[in-house]
Amino acid sequence: MGVAVRVIPCLDVDAGRVVKGVNFQNLRDAGDPVEMAKVYDAEGADELTFLDITASSGNRETTYDVVRRTAEQVFIPLTVGGGVRTTEDVDRLLRAGADKVGVNTAAIARPELIREIAERFGRQVLVLSVDARRCPPGTATASGFEVTTHGGRRGTGIDAVEWAERAAGLGAGEILLNSMDADGTRDGYDTELTAAVRARVVIPVIASGGAGSLADFPPAVEAGADAVLAASVFHFGELRVGEVKSTLRKAGHAVR
Amino acid sequence: MSAPKKSVVVFDYGFGNVRSAERAVARAGASVRITRDLETALAADGLLVPGVGAFAACMAGLRAARGDWAVERRLAGGRPVLGICVGMQILFARGVEHGVESEGLAEWPGTVGPLEAEVVPHMGWNTVDAAEGSRLFAGLGAEERYYFVHSYAVHDFTLPPSGSAAVVPPKVSWSTHGRPFVAAVENGPLWATQFHPEKSGDAGAHLLTNWIETL
Repeated sequence: MGVAVRVIPCLDVDAGRVVKGVNFQNLRDAGDPVEMAKVYDAEGADELTFLDITASSGNRETTYDVVRRTAEQVFIPLTVGGGVRTTEDVDRLLRAGADKVGVNTAAIARPELIREIAERFGRQVLVLSVDARRCPPGTATASGFEVTTHGGRRGTGIDAVEWAERAAGLGAGEILLNSMDADGTRDGYDTELTAAVRARVVIPVIASGGAGSLADFPPAVEAGADAVLAASVFHFGELRVGEVKSTLRKAGHAVR
Repeated sequence: MSAPKKSVVVFDYGFGNVRSAERAVARAGASVRITRDLETALAADGLLVPGVGAFAACMAGLRAARGDWAVERRLAGGRPVLGICVGMQILFARGVEHGVESEGLAEWPGTVGPLEAEVVPHMGWNTVDAAEGSRLFAGLGAEERYYFVHSYAVHDFTLPPSGSAAVVPPKVSWSTHGRPFVAAVENGPLWATQFHPEKSGDAGAHLLTNWIETL
């Protein structure tokens, strides 16, 4: 027994609409994040993550509205990330109904933001997103992984494993570890990256990037992930949350 | 005509996702208000005290809003109170965070201390070994899971000998993360959960309904 491995679908939301294609039957509006959230909840998702990719800050109101409407109808934890820069942004998302808030680029630019959020709201609200990749030829970090920005297109030279460790020390509640090398490949999670971060932090680690088949999930957990996140395989209906859970259960991992 | 709905106040002292609690309690069948007004908090059929973050900060916030007084007034009159997460922890005698000790409401003896596990915070869905005869977990199987988010817990719940056979001992339910810790307590009108029933899906709704039915 013990705490269950969490299976977390992630929805990319732009100006209040789900971005990636969706092919669910019996869904009145497949572009509505609230409808999607209800489907995933009914399928047994343990948590939901919304990644707000709205470019224009003028459209942020739609995000708060989506969060508000989702929290009214879904009774599992909801994490919202994307564009969070200040404690005021965190406050607004929490007031709208988010349980946790994802922080990424703004914390790279100013790590103290992590401490400020943890001190004001408690570390349990703060999910630090790390977009990591293997160092390209000609560059190096101690772990061999570096932090990237701009969706993985820009390297920072910061050691991704050291950054995760530092963020945990500053007050992050968990690490959302996204492999930019694996993301979109559907070749499986980067288990070396997961294991490298797991070895250096005690806070939970969520593996993200690369899920393509049911067989990809148990190795991520065996590498040390406390939770597994996926987006497109769920949205396109290729894999169902329930199937992922039964696969994990058969591999000997506790699931809800 | 159906019976009027039970009224619940979610005490709003600045700590905790009061909206989640409000929606979950409404879903479980009660009429609910979010307020820090003490008269309203005393008058409701049930008082829900949420709480997140640090023990010391929550206690200070609760005292500033005179929530400690409201809780004690209600309990003196046998009126139900439900504490959730840090709202449960502050019901114990003391909390120790980063080596610093703070006083709690001391409704129960015991110390809230750091979890001792490989991964902390304890974040996710875990099972609960419900106390025998628990009303809170009535109708919920041992395989049900509830959503926990915490770095501190009570690992030892020992009541001093009362000397009176008339005293009903609290029903204590346990969960395990590293070591066994207190997951829920039912003690006369005072009930509490370390996990978040408002975020625990259908199992959490069932549990809140169990509480509301006692109001």
